[in-house]
Amino acid sequence: MSEIVRRDPRREWIMRNRLHPEHLEVLAESGGGSSPCEWPGPNGLMRRDPHAVGFIGPHGLRRIDRSGAQQAHAATSPGRPAEPAATRHHVEIESPAFLVAVAPDLPGGRLSSHDRDVLGLARQLADADPDNPGAVLAVVFGDHRESGFGEAGVDRLLHLSGDGFEGYAPEARLAALVAVEREFAPRHWLLPESTLGGGELGRRLAVRLGERPATHLWKIEASTEVAGGWLATLRGAAERVDIHRALPRLALALAECAEPVSEACHAARSVTLDQPLPERLTRIEDGGAVAVDPAGVALAEAEFILAGGNGVGDWDDFHRTAQALGASEGASRVAVDDGFMPRHRQVGASGTWVTARVYVAVGISGAIQHLQGIQRCETVIAINSDPGCEMVKRADLAVIGDAGEILAALVELTERTRHQPEENRDAA
Amino acid sequence: MPPDASISQSGALDVAVLVSVGRHPLTARPRRADQDARAVELALGLAGTKMRLIHAGQHDADSDAALSGYLGMGVGEIALIEQEPGADVTVALIEALRAAPPQLLLAGSRAETGEGSGLLPYLLAETLGWPIVTGLAAIETVEAGTASVLQALPRGQRRRLRIRLPAVLCVDPAAPAPRQSAFGPARRGELTLEAQPSVADTAWAGWDVQPARPRPRRLKLVKAASARDRFKAAAAKAQGGGGRVLDEATPEQGAEAIFKLLKDEGVLR
Repeated sequence: MSEIVRRDPRREWIMRNRLHPEHLEVLAESGGGSSPCEWPGPNGLMRRDPHAVGFIGPHGLRRIDRSGAQQAHAATSPGRPAEPAATRHHVEIESPAFLVAVAPDLPGGRLSSHDRDVLGLARQLADADPDNPGAVLAVVFGDHRESGFGEAGVDRLLHLSGDGFEGYAPEARLAALVAVEREFAPRHWLLPESTLGGGELGRRLAVRLGERPATHLWKIEASTEVAGGWLATLRGAAERVDIHRALPRLALALAECAEPVSEACHAARSVTLDQPLPERLTRIEDGGAVAVDPAGVALAEAEFILAGGNGVGDWDDFHRTAQALGASEGASRVAVDDGFMPRHRQVGASGTWVTARVYVAVGISGAIQHLQGIQRCETVIAINSDPGCEMVKRADLAVIGDAGEILAALVELTERTRHQPEENRDAA
Repeated sequence: MPPDASISQSGALDVAVLVSVGRHPLTARPRRADQDARAVELALGLAGTKMRLIHAGQHDADSDAALSGYLGMGVGEIALIEQEPGADVTVALIEALRAAPPQLLLAGSRAETGEGSGLLPYLLAETLGWPIVTGLAAIETVEAGTASVLQALPRGQRRRLRIRLPAVLCVDPAAPAPRQSAFGPARRGELTLEAQPSVADTAWAGWDVQPARPRPRRLKLVKAASARDRFKAAAAKAQGGGGRVLDEATPEQGAEAIFKLLKDEGVLR
């Protein structure tokens, strides 16, 4: 939207002239519609009529709404330009004093919140001295789908792609990081402390570089008393102690170690390695993912749970549905107490707190203890005969009806669509 | 590689498990470390192996109580490499492993006492020149100098890896739960003492170690122009109700709606 204020001299004249027949309408229009108490004056100053503030309530009393509803309405009115949306300022670091290297995990090809926190920590290290800013170098392996590296605080992006980095290839990635170390010699190395990503790669890199890393790092503070100027706080001994030490060159940081970058947009200029990576003989061969029986997956880490409660009439039917859908089975306390399901399958406060992405509750009314257990589930589907129960209120999709019939229809539908592609292939 | 490696290859598979002194998370009593006990369980499950347990540390009441937890799992003896308090056990372990190299070295991924950095298996693997795999959930087969193992991925998924032996394997908490420790075998088991010079860990001695403080919880920051928007965001309920309710639908229609949602979420395979 253009910033130029368009003036309409005739409207301004009507606004000044209280005896004009259109005076009130024009005032109301310019004042944002609800109350004609403020309008831009002829010199660009805001004019305010204190008598016109508020509105007359149902009992004939003047009410003034101070909640800001009128203001908020005015801000979006077409008469005044809306406030410019918060934009990030661009940062370009041409000749950095030093480099902070980060190897984000990129689960699913995108920066996770953990990666963003670690990049925020890297920014903290790089921007400590505003006169000599450092640059954050992100080393990214394989194909990715992330486009917001600049918004996450990356100045230099080294993208290493190739078949060698696909799947589980810690040795190839380690060789690449060693090449980065040789060529860029970053002052700091930061990796996310995750079991199969940065945590493993960082430890491999640390022993290769002969560096004693700061593991499970959760806080850094600038300090003049320690060597290097940064005091690091680490979690040690299975979360029981805090260790304070000087920040070493290589650190593995926990999630929420720092605030992610939110105000700046960095350049994320791509850089390349001059030397080609050496061909390596790998001693670990990735055999690919293994089909896992969903019934054997621990309830706490299952992705898709079908849980049964008091409303399930036929438990054989329930087990058949879980098998057809490929879901892990869960149960409410009542079903476990009645002996239909084993105790380790109980969901809720006295059972397991589940983290499933999709949770289907069959015949579970939703006791508060059960709802606590499914707090972290993203999508909840309820099948219940009582439309007023708590589970239906919690659910994203609730189907009211007899559980047995709906499950039977669901099994039939699943099996039909499973066989359909094969039939189509035969027909073609 | 020592000259008798081929002999041991043709015979029983030589598996060494590194065990440490754990600490109960609530009572802080010494116990067998959870991940190390899982490693022992994995090794006990391998048929036709020669297994030995190695512990490097002090020989006192605490470590005896913890090590008897491993002995009670049916392990005859534990080689105890005696070290002084505050020693860096890496050096002694490397010496011991060089003297009698196993083909598979199992360890937990993180100790329950001390620094707990989880670096020791990597240091051993780097120094001995062996490959290392983390997140071990199961050992499938070991044959012809190659081990086929399953690695634990998030959400209960598994990945199959083939590693050349000798190798270091770090056990994940997703590995099978260890068997119960029995009192009788724990009493009958023996600790065989081995002497190795202990090297003091000077860096660790210089660090400031305190009981863990609770980490500050991150506040939900709302960037809003007006105070009203910030207030609304702060006062908003965490859960916005209002899911779809299919009342008076036939079972087929209900099943179709559920099926469509499951398909959209991508959980049906």
